[in-house]
Amino acid sequence: MRRIATRLGALVLTFAALAGCEREARKFQTPPARNAIARPVRLTTLQPGDSLPGRDGAGPYDENAWAISEGERLYNQYNCVGCHFHGGGGIGPPLMDAQWIYGSAPQAIHDTIVEGRPNGMPSYGGHVPDDQVWKIEAYVRTLSGQASKAAEPGRTDHMQARPSEQSTPKRKPEGEKAEHPG
Amino acid sequence: MSIAEVDDIGQGWAGEDADAEERRRLEKTWKVPSNPLRAWFTNVDHKDLGKRYVVTALVFFVLGGIEAFLMRLQLARPESRLIGPDRYGQLFTVHGSTMMFLFAVPIMLGLGTYLVPLMIGTRNLAFPRLNAFSYWVYLAGGLLLYVGLFTNTGPDAGWFAYVPLSGPGFSPGKRVDIWAQMITFTEISSLAVAVNLITTIFKHRAPGMSLNRIPLYVWSLLVTSFMVVFAMPAVMLSSLMLAMDRLVDTHFFNPAEGGDALLWQHLFWFFGHPEVYIIFIPALGIVSSILSAFTRREVFGYLAMVMSLVATGFIGFGLWVHHMFATGLPQLGTSFFTAASMMIAIPSGIQIFCWTATLWGSRPRLKTPLLYVLGFFFIFVIGGLTGVMLASVPLDLQVHDTFFVVAHFHYVLIGGSVFPLLGGLFFWFPKMTGRRLSEGMGKLSFWLVFIGFNLTFFPMHQLGLDGMPRRIYTYLPETGWGTLNLLATVGAGILGLGLLVFFVNAAQALRHGEAAGNDPWGADTLEWAIASPPPSYNFLRLPTVAGRSALWSRREDQAEVTGLRSDRREVLVTNLLDAEPDHRDVLPGPTIWPFILGLGVAVTFITAIFTPWGVLIGAVPCAVALVAWFWPRGDMDREVVMEKRS
Amino acid sequence: MSGISAAACLLLFAGHPPAHSALASAGPQAARIESLWWLFFWVCSAVFLLVMAALAVGLVRDRTPEEAGAAPGPIPPEARRRRTRVVAVATAITALILFVFLFASTGTGRAIASLSRSDRSDAMTVEVTGHQWWWEVQYIDPVPGQRVTTANEIHIPVGRPVRIRTASHDVIHSFWVPSLHGKRDLIPGHDSEDFWLQADRPGVYRGQCAEFCGHQHAHMAFLVIADPPDRFAAWLDAQRQPAATPATPQALRGQDLFVHLQCALCHAVEGTDAGGRVGPDLTHVASRRTLAAATLPNTRGHLSDWIVDSQRIKPGNPMPPTRLAGEDLESILAYLESLK
Repeated sequence: MRRIATRLGALVLTFAALAGCEREARKFQTPPARNAIARPVRLTTLQPGDSLPGRDGAGPYDENAWAISEGERLYNQYNCVGCHFHGGGGIGPPLMDAQWIYGSAPQAIHDTIVEGRPNGMPSYGGHVPDDQVWKIEAYVRTLSGQASKAAEPGRTDHMQARPSEQSTPKRKPEGEKAEHPG
Repeated sequence: MSIAEVDDIGQGWAGEDADAEERRRLEKTWKVPSNPLRAWFTNVDHKDLGKRYVVTALVFFVLGGIEAFLMRLQLARPESRLIGPDRYGQLFTVHGSTMMFLFAVPIMLGLGTYLVPLMIGTRNLAFPRLNAFSYWVYLAGGLLLYVGLFTNTGPDAGWFAYVPLSGPGFSPGKRVDIWAQMITFTEISSLAVAVNLITTIFKHRAPGMSLNRIPLYVWSLLVTSFMVVFAMPAVMLSSLMLAMDRLVDTHFFNPAEGGDALLWQHLFWFFGHPEVYIIFIPALGIVSSILSAFTRREVFGYLAMVMSLVATGFIGFGLWVHHMFATGLPQLGTSFFTAASMMIAIPSGIQIFCWTATLWGSRPRLKTPLLYVLGFFFIFVIGGLTGVMLASVPLDLQVHDTFFVVAHFHYVLIGGSVFPLLGGLFFWFPKMTGRRLSEGMGKLSFWLVFIGFNLTFFPMHQLGLDGMPRRIYTYLPETGWGTLNLLATVGAGILGLGLLVFFVNAAQALRHGEAAGNDPWGADTLEWAIASPPPSYNFLRLPTVAGRSALWSRREDQAEVTGLRSDRREVLVTNLLDAEPDHRDVLPGPTIWPFILGLGVAVTFITAIFTPWGVLIGAVPCAVALVAWFWPRGDMDREVVMEKRS
Repeated sequence: MSGISAAACLLLFAGHPPAHSALASAGPQAARIESLWWLFFWVCSAVFLLVMAALAVGLVRDRTPEEAGAAPGPIPPEARRRRTRVVAVATAITALILFVFLFASTGTGRAIASLSRSDRSDAMTVEVTGHQWWWEVQYIDPVPGQRVTTANEIHIPVGRPVRIRTASHDVIHSFWVPSLHGKRDLIPGHDSEDFWLQADRPGVYRGQCAEFCGHQHAHMAFLVIADPPDRFAAWLDAQRQPAATPATPQALRGQDLFVHLQCALCHAVEGTDAGGRVGPDLTHVASRRTLAAATLPNTRGHLSDWIVDSQRIKPGNPMPPTRLAGEDLESILAYLESLK
């Protein structure tokens, strides 16, 4: 009985390890690689013969929760929100649907960020390290629900439109006394 | 005559043959299934479950200890690269959570489930199946946390899991979800045990054991159980709110959307501070038990002791804010909590004084359990005094969240709780196993643990004053914290060695320990009146009690309870104040359903980490198990036979 | 046993404390708290010794005659009455000591707070914002152009109270300079009341984040540098200037790389196109004593290590590793070193 229990335990642990490792790994040391582009850009799925290899391959971080949340941070900090907003689009196209002009596969998104696209999408190739591009790519895919459910981030602490009614009174400008709620 | 009558004629009334016949029938009725696999899953005996609790909790204690030692190794020298920040975060979080939720509370309550029915003279806890259920839920929570740690999914936001760090924005992945669910698991378990203990203590005491004759150990568990009932819901609620923030995007703790990060701290510490007393109060009971056994005296000032326990239980709820002095709360409010935090030193002080008065000139036998109690005095008094320092707002502002606090609460929790616990395990080991531990190895382990402990934690006071914050995975050489940290690591090694000796001693005693006999220490509570280890039905005939020390005050012709049916699991229910016989009750026997329900609860909480549908999925096995659990069983149902006076 | 402990107490607590310590106060608030500490320490030590002495005497004392041959059970009534009196007196003394502590503690609390109650409308305000894992420091000035932004280093004039206003950018941090004052938590969503720092002696005081804030909580320190007023004024004046134009061709090339490579995405240098607000402001980075939140001394070698692979020094911090050709790295280093 004990042996069965041990084996069962080992089996469960192995499965859990396989499931947990990819999602939970936090790799801080990343090789500073050049931005590698898979050419050429394709705007159509029409294609003589078999499909090309490599175009639809997964990104390195598509299953990794920490990298995706880093991607979210970078998406905000590098001002992707400025045009794409939180996925709804505005100045740039929305990212929360699956209609992607330049492809929604990980490599395609990566290439779009690195190279830039006509009509407004700048090229970030020389500015954003490749590793971070992949993190942003992984996050962008969660906006349209293409990434792993278990790894995608929850809400952020930032959807602020106005101060909530029970938060402490905001500071007044210099010189005025802060009032306390009666 | 009452149906469960108190036999005034006393021992020897029934002949030896009748005794043997009664014993045979009780053995048959209270039998634990002989197939070990079946016994493992269906057993509802409080002694087996209590031992299981203790052993499981000790396994978690060892795991938590290993984590602590790894952290000490990392901190032994500055800028050490042994463990990275990610792994260190998981280690200290799991260490804290293990020691609080998987070791300290379960072992105290588990020891209680073992001892309370024996001490108050009954055959099992009031709700045997609930007891089994508590164990399974606790085990599931512990396994969940450790499966998490071993798959790199160990929670890493601290055992206090302050939002927003533990929220969805800053703790991606499933790490903190595992922590939050583990909390819910263990709190369900503790609540169930607490309800069980309260009912048992109030209603199943031996005739004659009125409230003012309950052993102090049982009082301590009663107070603890009430604290559990009031404190644990706060943390269950907050961990549920955290899980919902993370899993279904609610905004309880999101300041941007009307939530509040401080709300978490209030809810958490409203539980977190009483938690300390939940761990510590049962240890006070152990101290009283050991002291009275080795001084051969009743503990001095019974009423003062009980009142102190109860006062501690009340005041313990009024000082959670002293964990939050640095958050910038208004001065008037903090003064109130300063006063409350200092006030709690009074009941603690009274207890120390009463114990000293008990020891005074008693020429006690300096056996290992008593050594642990003396160690407790030394360490706990230091911890209590540093606690008074922490209650002062200005001092707290300096030492809060530093190693000074680490030192303080290890002095209180290890000194105040683990030392009595080790003494208690040494003390009751003969009762549980029928074998005696080696006194020589016991003393060796005590001195190693005592010296190692002080070497580890005393320097931390200084480190904290020198500005070393808690929860840092490394520090710079120029801070000058290296020497004392190295000293602490050496101490941790000695402490670990001492604990190793303790466990080796236990393992050896299990195999070739000297037979213990009924009462190896000459102690005064009812459990020492029966065989070691006790039979499954505990008492051949339920005892009656004539004084505070049940055995020392026992007369030659002490009455015993007769008239309970031995062909089904009958126990005597007595009334709350005076423990006069009230009616008989039938307890359920072995059953698989608590295990199935525990499994159902585990499925619910674990799948809920991955999908909100988990709640519905898990509801199915839970509903099935509950229906089966409460299915009427005809004759074996809990038929209550009301007392009829003739 | 108790003797040894007392010796240990004295040995450990009375040793020479390092510069960054609650027991090496350099400001009025920390000094108040330090004297409160010594009151608590001596009283508590005395209490500890008394309790241990009582216990030790009780252990070695012989049984009283009335108890000598007594059967196990309650303590005889005569002895019980005596002991009840002793326990009652001890409890009363405990309560008395606690009252003394309570009043001393409240008094100290008010004294610390009184620094802020006096009218100091002319006091300088410094806004400290906690980030994962560094400190942003802004000197508030009514004239927007006169605001000074720096990082991980707070300069204050000696002998003058400075108003500190705290905020957090992400998670809870805790601002703590043990030699000057106790902690203040920085909680997102809670603008806590301002508090005051004052140093009575010129010197460098180390502070460190005291609330667990993630992977690099251990490396989130800062320095408070108390200077004589004239030196402080000179420093503040220098900080108000935009970055100097690089003098050498190499530094000029470095500036170009800084602005056009990835650096400027996160870091700002006033007076150039670099305007990133993610990482620390580098306008006067060469004037600072340390790098990476008081983790490294500010030397060319450490700066270069930090740029090339910051993840080895502070694993998990947001600064990515940067692969630069040797010449480019030299240029950027030259540029950063010119930012006095």
